[in-house]
Amino acid sequence: MLRFLVRRVLGAAVIVLLISAITFFLFFALPSQPALMSCGKNCTPDALAVINRNLGLDEPVPVQYWHYVVGVFAGRDLTVGHCPAPCLGYSFSNQQPVWDTIMDRFPTTLSITLGAAAVFLVAGVGLGMIAAAFRGTWVDKVVSSLSLLGHSLQVYFLGVVALAVLVSGLHWLDNPEYHPITEDPVKWFTGMIIPWLVLSVIFVANYTRMTRSQMVEQLAEDHVRAARAKGLRRRTVFFRYAWRGAMTPIVTLFGIDLGSLFGGAIITETTFSLHGLGRLAVTSVSETDLPTLMAVMLVGCTAIVVANIVVDAAYAVIDPRVRLA
Amino acid sequence: MTTTPAPFLTLRDLRVQFPTDDGVVKAVDGLSLALPRGRTLGIVGESGSGKSVTGLAVLGLHDPRSTRISGSILLDGQELTTAPEPALEKLRGARMAMVFQDSLTALSPYYTVGRQIAEPFRKHTGASRRDARLRAVEMLGKVGIPNPARRVDDYPHQFSGGMRQRAMIAMALVCDPELLIADEPTTALDVTVQAQILDLLGDLQRQTGSAIVLITHDLGVVAGTVDDLLVMYAGRAVEYGPVGDVLGAPRHPYTWGLLSSVPRLTSDVTKPLSPVPGAPPSLLDPPPGCPFHPRCAYTERVGGDRCRTERPELPEGRGAACHLGPERARALFGGARRTGTGGDRP
Repeated sequence: MLRFLVRRVLGAAVIVLLISAITFFLFFALPSQPALMSCGKNCTPDALAVINRNLGLDEPVPVQYWHYVVGVFAGRDLTVGHCPAPCLGYSFSNQQPVWDTIMDRFPTTLSITLGAAAVFLVAGVGLGMIAAAFRGTWVDKVVSSLSLLGHSLQVYFLGVVALAVLVSGLHWLDNPEYHPITEDPVKWFTGMIIPWLVLSVIFVANYTRMTRSQMVEQLAEDHVRAARAKGLRRRTVFFRYAWRGAMTPIVTLFGIDLGSLFGGAIITETTFSLHGLGRLAVTSVSETDLPTLMAVMLVGCTAIVVANIVVDAAYAVIDPRVRLA
Repeated sequence: MTTTPAPFLTLRDLRVQFPTDDGVVKAVDGLSLALPRGRTLGIVGESGSGKSVTGLAVLGLHDPRSTRISGSILLDGQELTTAPEPALEKLRGARMAMVFQDSLTALSPYYTVGRQIAEPFRKHTGASRRDARLRAVEMLGKVGIPNPARRVDDYPHQFSGGMRQRAMIAMALVCDPELLIADEPTTALDVTVQAQILDLLGDLQRQTGSAIVLITHDLGVVAGTVDDLLVMYAGRAVEYGPVGDVLGAPRHPYTWGLLSSVPRLTSDVTKPLSPVPGAPPSLLDPPPGCPFHPRCAYTERVGGDRCRTERPELPEGRGAACHLGPERARALFGGARRTGTGGDRP
């Protein structure tokens, strides 16, 4: 297990480094002038050159990338002052180091992701198991139809409907808003309920259908029938034998979904005016705020890479046939 | 023939049907048999002849939502076809157990072999976790797994194919069942391991005196192992009797055909084997009359339309379900074919 982790973490570091390099060079291939941002209205070519020099933008791209990487681990001195490690650069549009912006937005994304993941995992797997247990009956048909419906709904539609009904119509909840859980857990919870539920709907549908088909497949397995032949109760066999086998692909799916959600749920955040990484990515694109965009991408790809490692480790826990090496 | 003791398992006119969109599949169509304790019944037939379906029906493992079962299954006098699920759960694994064909898929990959063996023992005897584990070790030793105290914590994938099949037998026998249904227990194994597994079943039967149903399509397996033989075709018994009679002097053209299609060490290898021509009939729409008549070479000898219109029955539940009758069958197939290991076991 330790060897596996060391190997995978090293591999992950290489992947993240590669992605960061590719992103970095791609951004510099863009016809953008980062220096224009801080040049002001009456920008003269001379002033622009000064700024470019101050920002280090007159150096070759590989050198700039090297400074960037060193900055992440050791910090670096920028024209605006020292940027301590981990330094992801300085954003002129936000007037602060990128790392601070990320740390400001990440808790929102984390809250949305974990809450929604809990909802869709429990609801999706639960509904899928119910549908499988009552396969072929009206219960199964209702669950299956609902999941198809849920799958075709979109967050920007369902979100607006939820706001109209729950907030404006029934006044059950306030407008979604992020409060740090450390300050007020109750407000944190009530402020997040609508985004959680709305974001979950699409995922619930997916997990329901996946769980149902996996369970149906598992229930037809020889070892499930053999367990029944031992005199075990239908329920025991359902949970102990069939469910265990059905979970493996679900865990994979869950890991990947979780990883991509950590990169920011753009539509959900926009719909509910939440300031997470997703919206940060959108604004940094429209403002050509390359350091911030770069940082959001790095967070996103790191999350996916880490999620993959966790999934593989979880695999070994679930299935004794899987060897970690 | 010696007088048979009271049967432990009795099937009377068992019918297992699967309604589908295309019609009703008659997988077992009026099967009767009787099996006393301490004896072994072999059921042979091609794929789809209803052998496994019969075995699963006895344990009540068919999904009641997609299966219609009628007739009677008596286990020690208790009717199983109408028994409620909890009553069946008490019998399964305790008084009747089943060994499946493919031990790789029939053992759960997620739990240790020991746990899977101990599970029914705990459930049926209420033994503690510790005692059940000891029992699992004991059973693994009994079925010939070396170093059982250590192997008990292995997962099925750490066992070889033969060891897995032994483990499955241990799992089936952990509560000393009085009836063991072994569904192709040796089909997935190589020949030397096959013989070991069959010997093991025989040894365990001598110790516990249980009744065994051995389902197979391999006539070589039944010849030295079983007491009685039931030949199934299209969900029906076509021949039923002591194994020596059935194999030594078959009275049904289908049994004769099966025997002729078995390669033998003593036979002339330059001559091709003679397989039974044609394919098993559709169970959705079986042929009228004798279900075997489209593949039978002897309908002319019976004469007229009898084979096509009139369904032959087993006379008094034994012998052959064939219009030829025992006299003509003996003249046609009689005694010509001796099985290498055939005959009743002493």
